[in-house]
Amino acid sequence: MSGPGGEVGLLALGYAQMSLLAVGGVGAVLPEMQRLVVQHGWMGRSEFAALFALAQMAPGPNMLVATAVGWRVAGLPGAVAATLGMIGPSSLLTGLTAGAWHRFRERPWRRRIQAGLVPVTVGLVMAGAGLLVESTAKGLLTFGITVAVAAAVLATRVHPLALLAAGAGAGMLFGAG
Amino acid sequence: MDVTPSRPAPPDTGPPGSRALFFAFLAAGVTAFGGALPMVRRVIVERQRWLTAAEFTELLALCQFLPGPNAVNLTVAVGARFRGAPGALAALAGLLAAPMAIVMGLGSAYARYGTLPTVQNAFAGLAAAASGLILATACKIAWPLRSRPLDVAIASAAFAAVALAHLPLLPTMLALVPMALILQRRGAA
Repeated sequence: MSGPGGEVGLLALGYAQMSLLAVGGVGAVLPEMQRLVVQHGWMGRSEFAALFALAQMAPGPNMLVATAVGWRVAGLPGAVAATLGMIGPSSLLTGLTAGAWHRFRERPWRRRIQAGLVPVTVGLVMAGAGLLVESTAKGLLTFGITVAVAAAVLATRVHPLALLAAGAGAGMLFGAG
Repeated sequence: MDVTPSRPAPPDTGPPGSRALFFAFLAAGVTAFGGALPMVRRVIVERQRWLTAAEFTELLALCQFLPGPNAVNLTVAVGARFRGAPGALAALAGLLAAPMAIVMGLGSAYARYGTLPTVQNAFAGLAAAASGLILATACKIAWPLRSRPLDVAIASAAFAAVALAHLPLLPTMLALVPMALILQRRGAA
């Protein structure tokens, strides 16, 4: 393992790459994020899932899982490096492109590319969901919580935060750990 | 007209400055639970009236087209539109300042108390619930593809490469994106 300085660099680099590969949003790079932290031996898969949950609990954009991972791996410098890595390259691209957007938004190639990327995004978000479910389903109870929450989101308009709270409550009450 | 002395100035009196951008996005960030986009829209379109609903939708299309976190891209685009690079930085700082501090606070609490049995049980339930949220998202975006076999094939290939074969994302994308674009072109022709 490298020292803490090396970890900050690895976080910045890893997340900067994910920033440009996050087609359709952060959901598409969740599997890569899990791969990064496990491959470097920073944490296990279930701890990554816990950090993902922690970031979901906080307000703000869902890229905060990067901040949570960076904080856990290398404190404040890690949190800053992971966050800037995650948003830096894509923000630069957005800032540079926003002015020219009017000119190409109706072009057929733009629509083709966007439509063509949808299935890639879907496959990657499915993969992220699958890997997270795999690492949080420790038994029948936790798997049941996952399925119940997913069903509630799809079938009702209950607020996500209420569902997270209900999941935590059920876990505490019935000893999910 | 109901103009009273206590009423603040109307919100749509010209392009916002960097300071106004910072505070508007600060308000959006700290109240955005379960995804930031709806709250950013409420603040920018409904409360501040800096963009019309149509302008917002058009910028959102750009931000979903480009890689990266959608809400962050949108924040950059709005900030840059009114005040260039300083505006983009101010808006970004506003959006992320409070949520980042909260996440780090939660992270510290988890590191300190995470080994207590009660906390572990609660966290196992919480993490399972969070998996449920992303599972629901995956189902929602996958459902419209069901009648298009080529899209299903591409999505399945991406899923298999990353979730089953545990391949890194970069080579997976380098192989899959051109294939997806070629198939899309064939399908359109």
